[in-house]
Amino acid sequence: MTDLAWIDAAVRAARPRAIAALLRYFRDLDTAEEAFQEACLRALRSWPRNGPPRDPAAWLVLVGRNFGVDEIRRHKKQDPLPDEEHVSDLEDAEASLAERLDASQYRDDILRLLFVCCHPELPAVQQIALALRVVSGLSVKEIARAFLVSEAAMDQRITRAKRRIGEAEIPFEAPGAVERAERLGAVAAMIYLLFNEGYSATGGDAHVRVGLCEEAIRLARLLLGLFPSESEVMGLLALLLLQHARAPARLDATGAIVLLDDQDRGRWDRAMIAEGLALVEKALRHKTPGAYQIQAAIAAEHAAAATARDTSWGKIDQLYVVLETLQPSPVVTLNRAVAVCKIQGPEPALAMIEPLEARLSTYFHFFGLKGGLLLQLGRHDEARIAFDRAIALAHTAPEAAHIRQHIDRLLETCAEVARDDASA
Amino acid sequence: MLYAVLCYDSEAIVGSWTKQKDDAVMAEHLAHNRKLAAAGKLGPVVRLMPTTTATTIRSGKEPVVLDGPFAETKEQFLGFWVLDCSSLEEAIEAAKSFLHGSGALEIRPIAYFEPGGGPK
Repeated sequence: MTDLAWIDAAVRAARPRAIAALLRYFRDLDTAEEAFQEACLRALRSWPRNGPPRDPAAWLVLVGRNFGVDEIRRHKKQDPLPDEEHVSDLEDAEASLAERLDASQYRDDILRLLFVCCHPELPAVQQIALALRVVSGLSVKEIARAFLVSEAAMDQRITRAKRRIGEAEIPFEAPGAVERAERLGAVAAMIYLLFNEGYSATGGDAHVRVGLCEEAIRLARLLLGLFPSESEVMGLLALLLLQHARAPARLDATGAIVLLDDQDRGRWDRAMIAEGLALVEKALRHKTPGAYQIQAAIAAEHAAAATARDTSWGKIDQLYVVLETLQPSPVVTLNRAVAVCKIQGPEPALAMIEPLEARLSTYFHFFGLKGGLLLQLGRHDEARIAFDRAIALAHTAPEAAHIRQHIDRLLETCAEVARDDASA
Repeated sequence: MLYAVLCYDSEAIVGSWTKQKDDAVMAEHLAHNRKLAAAGKLGPVVRLMPTTTATTIRSGKEPVVLDGPFAETKEQFLGFWVLDCSSLEEAIEAAKSFLHGSGALEIRPIAYFEPGGGPK
């Protein structure tokens, strides 16, 4: 690898750790980011000449911190220096710094950095955008492209999010056990949202969307590395890996959605599935089930089936029953109805989802499934109505196109029936 | 003499490679593997999953099962090759082809080798 490629990879890998430590020193996101940027510039000059440091993150923190302290001193006529205790540890011994950074402090630093990004006062999209900008280091332009908005609009969103965080005053003390668990939960939810943003929307630049999923997987890995025995974090990473493994088979050459049953399983990413399965197994050993673990276990059942017909729908149904108790939601019941349909047929499945209609009246997938079940029951007119609703609610062209296929097939069947009737 | 070539690198760095980069490194390794195999010098080759998938069992009165790798280190144990070389010099030369720009390879002579008859 060339020097530059290596530096790029090392800086990218060190970013969350370094920014998190700098945030602890300066207690301000902008200052931490600026200090990190400067440290990266100096790394570009120094590393090719002096060789890479043994611990790139510690080097970047040290250099960034010194730069930041100088900057603060330079501005001290305008702004008073922060208290010495706020800018902790001013001595320059890299060895002792590296040692300190190795300690569990890193863990709470990074968790804090991630948590700052998913502050409950921020709307979900701002949380994701902020995490992508600050933790992952994506450019505003890249993030704007992923969300299909202009660069200026995204820049404004991120600035606004940062301002709100500044006002919210996140505590900088090491969190207690309860608080740490709450932060973990919030961060896991943000990572899951980020993944879904990349996974569900097929509009826009497909390449950018895949990037969001990969970024979510990277953050989940980072989180699990910090908390290696958290079974829900294992479950989250497993879930993301098992779902992302299917990405190469989810769209056909024309960009149309291919349903799970019809996907070419040879195109699934086997390495990703193997890692996901290993993590599910490890997580379930803890016997502390949670929503991510159960969803991962469901994804694992699909991933382990050699063909769609080999799927253990009975097990999947049982897992959905557990998920319904852990996280009751009409969407979970809707998903369970698919398993019920495979085991018991469309009639009980339809009976199961009909009571959900009021709560899912704006949900594309509800009407897609309802139409499908009605179609199987031969209730073509009602199926047509449900499919029309689904198309009206579709978010993307491939979603709408997929339902339109059903309608086309429906019309063909009706035409055949009409012909048969006529010839009878 | 049999040598184990143990690969250590920062998982954070290797994990931040793009798929293209990862594929390229693997393809390069595969090419060197083929050459060594053709010369009858290649034993088992293993790439490990990330340390987040690791489970550690510590001995004690009762064995304790822990999540995560055996030790927290800056560079992680990522995989290994077994090579049959006539000298350390030859092992070093062979191992050099497996460097990928970062991390380190540790060459350790093998004291006992059991190829096993299980997975192929």
